[in-house]
Amino acid sequence: MKQYLKNKNFRAGLLITGIMILAILIGLVWTPYDPNAMSGSEKLQGPSGAHLFGTDNFGRDIFSRVIQGAGATFLIAAAAVAIGLIVGLIVGGLTGFYGGVLDEVLMRIADSILAFPSILLALVMIAILGKGKYNIIIALGILFVPSFARIVRTEVAKQKNTDYVRNARLMGASNMRILFLHIMPNIIPVLLSSVAIGFNNAVLSEASMSYLGVGVQPPDPSLGRLLSEAQGYLFQAPWYAIFTGVAIILLILGFGLLADGMGGE
Amino acid sequence: MGDMLTVKDLRVTFLDNNKEALHGISFTMQEGERLGLVGESGSGKTVTAMAITGLIERSRVTVTGDVVFEGMDLHRCSRSQLRSIQGPGMGVVFQEPMNSLNPLIKVGYQVEETLRIHTKKTPEERRKLAIDALDRVGLPNPDEIYSKYPHQLSGGQRQRAMIAAAMVIHPKLLICDEPTTALDVSVQAKILKLLKELSDEYKVGILLISHDLLVVKQLCENVAVMYKGNIVEQGKTLDIFNAPKDEYTRQLMAAIPKRRRHE
Amino acid sequence: MTYVLKKTGVLIVSLILISLLAFLAFQIIPGDPTTKLLGTDWTPERAEALREQLGLNGNIFARYFQWLKGLLSGDPGISYSYFMPVKEVMQGKIQVTAALSLLSWFLVMLFSIPLGILLARFQGSHLERAGIVLNQVFMAVPPFFLGMLFTYLFGLLLKWFTPGAYVPFSDSFWGATGYMAFPALAVAIPKAAKTAKLLRSSILNEMNKAYVRTAYSRGNSRWAVLRDHVLRNAMLPVITYLAMSLADTVAGSIIVEQVFALPGLGRLLLSSIGNRDFPVAQCIVVIIAFVVVFMNYLADIVTQYVDPRVRLN
Repeated sequence: MKQYLKNKNFRAGLLITGIMILAILIGLVWTPYDPNAMSGSEKLQGPSGAHLFGTDNFGRDIFSRVIQGAGATFLIAAAAVAIGLIVGLIVGGLTGFYGGVLDEVLMRIADSILAFPSILLALVMIAILGKGKYNIIIALGILFVPSFARIVRTEVAKQKNTDYVRNARLMGASNMRILFLHIMPNIIPVLLSSVAIGFNNAVLSEASMSYLGVGVQPPDPSLGRLLSEAQGYLFQAPWYAIFTGVAIILLILGFGLLADGMGGE
Repeated sequence: MGDMLTVKDLRVTFLDNNKEALHGISFTMQEGERLGLVGESGSGKTVTAMAITGLIERSRVTVTGDVVFEGMDLHRCSRSQLRSIQGPGMGVVFQEPMNSLNPLIKVGYQVEETLRIHTKKTPEERRKLAIDALDRVGLPNPDEIYSKYPHQLSGGQRQRAMIAAAMVIHPKLLICDEPTTALDVSVQAKILKLLKELSDEYKVGILLISHDLLVVKQLCENVAVMYKGNIVEQGKTLDIFNAPKDEYTRQLMAAIPKRRRHE
Repeated sequence: MTYVLKKTGVLIVSLILISLLAFLAFQIIPGDPTTKLLGTDWTPERAEALREQLGLNGNIFARYFQWLKGLLSGDPGISYSYFMPVKEVMQGKIQVTAALSLLSWFLVMLFSIPLGILLARFQGSHLERAGIVLNQVFMAVPPFFLGMLFTYLFGLLLKWFTPGAYVPFSDSFWGATGYMAFPALAVAIPKAAKTAKLLRSSILNEMNKAYVRTAYSRGNSRWAVLRDHVLRNAMLPVITYLAMSLADTVAGSIIVEQVFALPGLGRLLLSSIGNRDFPVAQCIVVIIAFVVVFMNYLADIVTQYVDPRVRLN
């Protein structure tokens, strides 16, 4: 962590992500207005002291809605990354540790999957699974498995032949014990930047899918869905799209800078 | 013959760690002279060579003292003046023939590059001169070598091509930074012999940077011994070999295996 | 040459596998298309007849081979939504998406290469630092949001184009290109920023190599070293990246089509997913997957060709 803090990109990423997460956390307990409270007298108002980001076509406070949407997007991204990470750790850990034909085959498959733009695969998955918040999480989670598995596999294969693993083996540690207690903790630093990249991709994918109408469905909130609503009022209320878009950019930028500062990408 | 190169009280300080790498070294070279700069790694011999060739990025160091080559003060002249002597004035042969040639450019182009930059010769003339130079450094079938890529040559061949690239424009001074260290022992002697012949034939001065006193002895009439950023002893190679005065020089001598002393 | 043959073999096997996977993926979706196609006319007898007509009754491999044969001969089945050949549903859509992707891809190269070189050339200056910050921000902008900004700025405020009023290529080549310039920019800018960043770090990496010092020792200026020596080395990884990024511009186009109401494969794919019109979705997915695999194949071959160390061994 200390060595990362010397990196300017990492510090900038930490600041941006920190602010966003803080806003999301506060948004869980308090927003200036109820994100869903409509007000017939305050439709499509521009940004003002009362409504920081203005109001939408139903007179709802956009600031509150963006915070709520960012929270939903963040949770979806976190859940998708968690699925990808856990399954990736298991698959990559086992194949990297045991090697063999299965390892070879699985990694070939992972490579071919990684060659495809993730949004395209996500669309196919959604076609099979159907729309909705949970299906987005499952689709993205499955899509993240190959990249995590690949990284874990490479690291485990590398660590497997180090002296400390040989020592542990000589002391009679079982394979599972070596893998999970000795090797896994050592690959966490490498995984951190991949997690940040995963978040980055997840936010972008969620926003794209929901914008296209195949992701999060009304009335569930999300930044992508807000943008697709905002598009209809681009002329009367450009601030709706702009503030929502800026929130997406900040999330992606923050995670991108973190990944960059940790030596990823 | 007058002084070709005068180095006076040269001090080099790296800005990133504020360490002085050279603590005021001085020496001169006559035209056609062969001088060996010998010392262990970290003694400052490569920094000296880089400071003389102007290859240290100016923004990364502060340099005080003078490096005067053919009347031009290399640390106070403009960048374009400096570039005008890089090549025609002094050529450089680096340690690693593997990495010192551009892997994606044909050998011929790299050999004739100084002609391209510094002369107005036609492509045909350049090609002829380059092939002559490749021939002169003892490469077989220079026509073929001309249109080969570096990876298709052996280590010794690459180093010969590097020498041809430096010599094609007949510089006054050839700076050789550990030119044989990366090569097989059998190839080393041949390269040193080639350098000596070229130096005699074209009256080219050679500044040889080496950690190996014996390599210096084979090629250079004069030697300067460097230790921790200073020149601790300089003079005729044979004198120093027979009667080293400085303690460090004696240690360097003692490090040479007995059976190799009379090479 | 043997390398090319080997890669071509791998390409053919990949294409067959992808077509099989795409086929199977859409087979596991539950549901009976006849309910939708027949609507209120549904009777068991009619459904059975329709299944027979659509070739849904054979075993799965027989159906796959029948579908593959159709695909290769340009007749990939019948759309469930429109009840007409998929080929006719897709008429003209491929051209729109292909034009948009290729235009974006071209713009990616046009922007990223000079930008990457400039960033590397002015390394350490204030200009470079500002450039890098800006580049990092552009990398984070989703193409469809950029598309919305362009629609607002150039479409609604400046009225340089009319949002939603796409002119087909068949009506006016320049009209269509002019309309497509904005979606193409939206797709290209984030990708170009990523490519420029890659090129910059590739150049800076090469700048530390020994051959660069040799080039300087011959009296090359900084610019000449960059242009004649470093650039071709630094471009090696970038060429591979650029070849593979056509796949990303196709994916970007599919989303951005929605912003600009372009009648391409992307909108058709979305509506076919929404309507559960799987023959159409399946066909589009296979086409895009083929493009991706083929571009990876080309990237491999091109990388081989441009690096003499690999080519001549």
